[in-house]
Amino acid sequence: MMPFPEDDPLLDADAGPVVRPYSVTYGRTRPRSTLDLMTMLLATGRTPPHMEPEHAVALDLCRSATSVAEVAANLQQPVVVAKVLLSDLIAWDALIMGAPTVDTPDLQTMKDLLDGLRKLQFASDPDRSEDPDRGGLRGG
Amino acid sequence: MGKTTLVKAVSEIEPLTTEENLTVAGIGTDSLAGVENKSTTTVALDFGRMTFPEQSLVLYLFGTPGQDRYWFMWDELSRGALGAVVLVDTRRLQDCFPALEFFEQRGIEYVVAVNEFDRGFRYTPAEVRDALTIHERVPIVMCDARDTRSATTVLISLIEHVLLAVTSRSV
Repeated sequence: MMPFPEDDPLLDADAGPVVRPYSVTYGRTRPRSTLDLMTMLLATGRTPPHMEPEHAVALDLCRSATSVAEVAANLQQPVVVAKVLLSDLIAWDALIMGAPTVDTPDLQTMKDLLDGLRKLQFASDPDRSEDPDRGGLRGG
Repeated sequence: MGKTTLVKAVSEIEPLTTEENLTVAGIGTDSLAGVENKSTTTVALDFGRMTFPEQSLVLYLFGTPGQDRYWFMWDELSRGALGAVVLVDTRRLQDCFPALEFFEQRGIEYVVAVNEFDRGFRYTPAEVRDALTIHERVPIVMCDARDTRSATTVLISLIEHVLLAVTSRSV
C-alpha cells in the first residue's frame, strides 16, 4: 500500500516531483475555477482538513500574493496540474484569487511601468554601476 | 532562440521554467492513460518577474517558443498582456513569421527585437523590416539579449510603442 518502497532514496526536492504529475490531481486536467497564468492568489489562513501534500505546498507558496505561473514553476509541475490544485484550494476557501486579467491595462499603469523601467535602465548604466537604487530594486 | 536569455537578463528571480502539456489543451480528456501516453509533448515556458516598488508594480515576463504549434499558449499568455516582444534570431529570420502573424491578427501590440550574436549575421533594422515585411509602425530594436541594459531597452521600446498605440487609438 505504500506509494514507494521504503529504501527509495528520494531525499529532497532535487529528486524531482515525487509522484507523476497527473496522479496528484487524480487524473483531472480541468481546474474548477478559471485561472490564467497571471491570476494572483493569496492564502486566507484557512487550512483545509483533508488535503494532499501537493496542496499544502501550493498553499504555502501563496502566503504572499503569487501568480499561477510562479506556483506552477515552484511546484515543478505542468501549469494545468497547478491550476487543478489551486482551484481545489479556492473551492475549500483556503485561497482567494485576484480579479481576472483585464484586457487593456490602464494608461496610468503603463506610464508608471515606463517610468520604472527607465529608472532601472538609468541605474544599470555601466558608468553608474554603484548606484544604490539598483540594489534596492533587486532586493527582496 | 535567446528568449530564456532575454528573460534572465531582466528578471529579478532566476527564470523559472514550467511546462504546459500540449495534449491536455488539445484533447480535453480526463483520462489519465490518454495524457500519459503523450506526456512527452510538453513545452517549456520561461517565466521571469520584475518588481517596481516605487510604482507598486510587478511585471511578469513569459517566454514561449515561436513555432505556430504553440499558438494555444500564446492565446492564454496574450490575454491581459501589455504587449509582446518578438525576438528574432538573424540566422533564422523566417522562424518568427508565425508569431508576427499571430500578433497582427489579434491586434496585440508588439516590437521586433533582433538579437545580435557576436557571430550572427548583421542586418540593419531596414533590412529586417524588408525581409519580414514588418509594418512601418512596428518598432524594430537591435539588442543583445544577454545584456540587462539592452534587454531593458527592448521593454522600454515596447511600452512606449503600446502607449503610443493606445493614445492614438483613443484620439
